[in-house]
Amino acid sequence: MTDPAIDVKHLCKSFHGRRVVDDVSLTVGRGEIYGFLGPNGSGKTTSIRLMCGLLTPDKGSGTCLGFDILQESASIKRRVGYMTQRFSFWEDLTIRENLEFVARLYEMDRRRETVDLAIENLGLQGRANQLAGSLSGGWKQRLALAACMLHKPELLLLDEPTAGVDPTARRDYWEELHKLAAQGISVLVSTHYMDEAERCHKLAYIAYGKLLATGTAQEIVASQKLFTLAVRGDGLAALAARLEAMPEVAQTVMFGTALHVSGTDESALQGAVNGTSSGYEVTPVETGLEDVFIYMMNHSRDNFGARP
Amino acid sequence: MRLAFSFTRWWGVVMKEFLQLRRDRLTFGMIVGIPVIQLVLFGYAINSDPKHLPTALVLGEQTGFTRSIETALHNSEYFSLVTAADEQEARTLLAQGKVQFVVSVPQDFTRRLLRGEHPAMLLEADATDPTATGGALAALQGIVASAASRECRGALAFLRGKPDPFQFIVHRLYNPEGLTHYNIVPGLMGVILTMTTVMMTGLAMTRERERGTMENLLASPVSPLEIMTGKIVPYIFIGHVQVAIILLLSFLLFDVPFLGNPLALYVAALLFIAANLTVGVTLSSFAKNQLQALQMTLFYFLPNIMLSGFMFPFAGMPKWAQAIGNILPLTYFNRAVRGILLKGYSWTDLWPHLFPLLIFCLVVMSISARFFKKTLD
Ligand SMILES: Nc1ncnc2c1ncn2[C@@H]1O[C@H](COP(=O)(O)OP(=O)(O)O)[C@@H](O)[C@H]1O
Ligand SMILES: [Mg+2]
Repeated sequence: MTDPAIDVKHLCKSFHGRRVVDDVSLTVGRGEIYGFLGPNGSGKTTSIRLMCGLLTPDKGSGTCLGFDILQESASIKRRVGYMTQRFSFWEDLTIRENLEFVARLYEMDRRRETVDLAIENLGLQGRANQLAGSLSGGWKQRLALAACMLHKPELLLLDEPTAGVDPTARRDYWEELHKLAAQGISVLVSTHYMDEAERCHKLAYIAYGKLLATGTAQEIVASQKLFTLAVRGDGLAALAARLEAMPEVAQTVMFGTALHVSGTDESALQGAVNGTSSGYEVTPVETGLEDVFIYMMNHSRDNFGARP
Repeated sequence: MRLAFSFTRWWGVVMKEFLQLRRDRLTFGMIVGIPVIQLVLFGYAINSDPKHLPTALVLGEQTGFTRSIETALHNSEYFSLVTAADEQEARTLLAQGKVQFVVSVPQDFTRRLLRGEHPAMLLEADATDPTATGGALAALQGIVASAASRECRGALAFLRGKPDPFQFIVHRLYNPEGLTHYNIVPGLMGVILTMTTVMMTGLAMTRERERGTMENLLASPVSPLEIMTGKIVPYIFIGHVQVAIILLLSFLLFDVPFLGNPLALYVAALLFIAANLTVGVTLSSFAKNQLQALQMTLFYFLPNIMLSGFMFPFAGMPKWAQAIGNILPLTYFNRAVRGILLKGYSWTDLWPHLFPLLIFCLVVMSISARFFKKTLD
């Protein structure tokens, strides 16, 4: 099959008269890890629910694995693994019982072996009879991923799978995802972490329900045409306040000991920064994803953030 | 092509529900605790063999006969006699609740008895709480009658064996309708089942929504029908466990007879439990969380106990109340259970009370299938 894993166009969804997802179009290719980024409440979860048939769009259409999201959600559900933002397995069932239940829901053959294998892959053999509710956050996420993967879906929809997971566990998690992608499984994953965004093949950035940019990390960075200078020295906070007030400066962001100052006009930016920052060390740096995301978010707030 | 209804998925839901129930100690306690507590509290409050009930004896004459009645009442332990000077005072005592019964023997009673005129003796009972006084009332009549017959010897021996040498006139004051525990204990079966089954299914469904696990279910291929029926099954089982507990207790503690067919009771209970469960599932489609589900259960529960003929005699209710009562499953189940236990109903007797339950199930089930949210919208 050559259909894209996800291909949706002009999706809209309102809750109580408020547009939560506004004209979102998105294409995720097969075997791609597609990162879905955006601040809290920007509509990521809602978009994902629209794609797997858990919510009906007010407007828009599309396919998921070649099936129509409006008409064929039953077929989609059988082939998609959806991991909810909040842990949504049964805390009063054991790890094994949870997996066995999921295996039944998907009418799998040879359930016992599949579940045994999943538990082994998780490295939870000794704890299979422990209640899921007693697992730590990281383990819960791994159990949830294992449960989503149990029926060998062609597409994974992961909603902030690593929120509240420690860095080592996150790294393991991403290695797992890349292995799956290498097997041809497509992944749409929402996240807040920049390091995770960099690990995605492609990205989409959403704010206030609107898709602001899509493409590879490089494409997204390039699309905003931002230039950035790193300023080092003492009293950066005061300097930042002064710089922010200047029209040539689009934004300032602290990164550890350096202040990233960005603007759209390279020479004007350089002039402005050099004029105010005597005694500081100023070096041009490559604009990063984070600079761009912050820029896009501030920008979109100015454009549509004022709406009720 | 896969079937719309998958037994594998459905059985998965059933087993999951059983597993969760097994770990839910509180619910488990409720399943056993509610029938026991309700039956014992209700049953004993109603059935407790009343002893030393204050009784005023108003004697219009002093003869060997009246003295014999007085002694018999004394000896019975059921009554503690209060002296009342006259009818007037006895009435006041009754109105104030200081005595429960007034026994009046009119003047010339003995003489008229001897003449074979069938004189009347008046029994007045405070029947505000008819269930508490009903038993004693019957006992009182028995005691007086046997005392009288013992007195009928010697010159009066000719009266013995003849039917009714005298008659009782019984006035139940304040509540002419009498209910007995035979009536109440079978009625409790329906009340207990209504309360527990509606509540438990309502909670089981909303719990899924409240904990976010519903999203997981909806994202899987499982269908609404599989979820709803699968979740109901364990509670049908539980309902029958409760029926067994209630039957056992009502037999052991209250000697309620079982004249009818156990299979008939089983079928009636099955239908009734199913009716309640569909209500629980339907309520839960409207409830946002477990608290709301509980509130809705209570809302459903109240008209059921008030208007089903459990609390008040159905025939005595106003027309509008009967109209409401007529659409409640408890109304029919109460009649069915009383019929089976106390009157030994046959299937033909039973059918008029069963088919409304069946209709109720089907109607409510289709409503709930209609309102079951397949999405999170
Ligand atoms: N079922 C719902 N009813 C009403 N409002 C909702 C519902 N789901 C989400 N929202 C609102 O939609 C907005 C977007 O939410 P969400 O999609 O969860 O964002 P994200 O996942 O990006 O944090 C939020 O403001 C949220 O309050
Ligand atoms: Mg979210």
